Amino acid sequence: MNPVNYLYLAALLFTIGAAGVLIRRNAIVVFMCVELMLNACNLAFVAFSRMHGNLDGQIIAFFTMVVAAAEVVVGLAIIVSLFRSRHSASVDDASLMKL
Amino acid sequence: MNTLAASVTSTGEAVQFWVLGTIAVIGALCTILMKRAVHSALCLAGTMIILAVFYLANGAYFLGVVQIVVYTGAIMMLFLFVVMLVGVTAADSLKETLKGQRWLAAACGLGFGILLIAGIGNASLKNFNGLGAANSAHGGNVEGLAALIFTKYVFAFEITGALLITAAVGAMVLTHRERTERAKTQRELSEQRVREGKHLPPLPAPGVYARHNAVDIAGLLPDGTPSELTVNKTLRDRGQIRDVSTEALDDLKALEQRSEERLGRDKDARDRDGQEAKR
Repeated sequence: MNPVNYLYLAALLFTIGAAGVLIRRNAIVVFMCVELMLNACNLAFVAFSRMHGNLDGQIIAFFTMVVAAAEVVVGLAIIVSLFRSRHSASVDDASLMKL
Repeated sequence: MNTLAASVTSTGEAVQFWVLGTIAVIGALCTILMKRAVHSALCLAGTMIILAVFYLANGAYFLGVVQIVVYTGAIMMLFLFVVMLVGVTAADSLKETLKGQRWLAAACGLGFGILLIAGIGNASLKNFNGLGAANSAHGGNVEGLAALIFTKYVFAFEITGALLITAAVGAMVLTHRERTERAKTQRELSEQRVREGKHLPPLPAPGVYARHNAVDIAGLLPDGTPSELTVNKTLRDRGQIRDVSTEALDDLKALEQRSEERLGRDKDARDRDGQEAKR
């Protein structure tokens, strides 16, 4: 097996995540799909790091994880406050600016 | 470590890739296809664990462990907490607000995937240098990463600290609700009830006159219809009221049908016996 297959897997997972963001309506599931896309990018970074033989790709993947953690914290807080005011986590319901 | 350098992996890694890669893709598909958010979260957690194994296989030992600790340990559990807060059984509505949006989105995803994979297929990615030299330069993977983080990427690393603090403060600001008015005392609440004159006594309890006494089953009114007032407001908002008012009648109907069948069979047998006796 050629290690390039890791890149194909990363592309496939990224595509599935992107399709999920477009298809799903529940804000939490949309958020999970974003996480899936971030993870797919991380896999590509790690595979490229192995390909080029230096650790810079892994450093970028590490920073991606940190940013993902921060993003999840804020995003889930927004979803919780949205649910409190609208009693629904559907992204269609939040169609007005005023909550 | 030598296997990391070759352009063709060992058979063991190939087997691991094909088996776990299939499961990862199935998990990702389940994440977007499962109707309930809890199932999606669990499928995604499985995919992330498999990705951690792939990091380890690619020589990223530190990232593999961090993936399990941070992603499946912290982030996915945070997701599960929020799913519990929002309501576990609240399923996604399947009603489309934009007509044909789901199929268009699937077609877009398919086209995007074909583009990505064709792009990778056209790129010249022949030889993999492997991480053997990079990992052993400072004595190991973690030491190598540390040497990079604290020299070349030290500025980004410090900004990351600021980002994490901002995120923590932001989450607290967003979820914290300031009480703008004093909470009403019990006496004031009872006086308000008397003034409104709608429900003087406390609200009726759930499950009264129903066949179950669970909190999500509405109590029955004397005429047999369920009263939504008996169920907690949170459950009412989520639409999680179970209706068992027809269960008793269904049971009775089934019992009658069974007894009829048995009696009917007995009657047939008796008729047959009678005919034989006549003969």
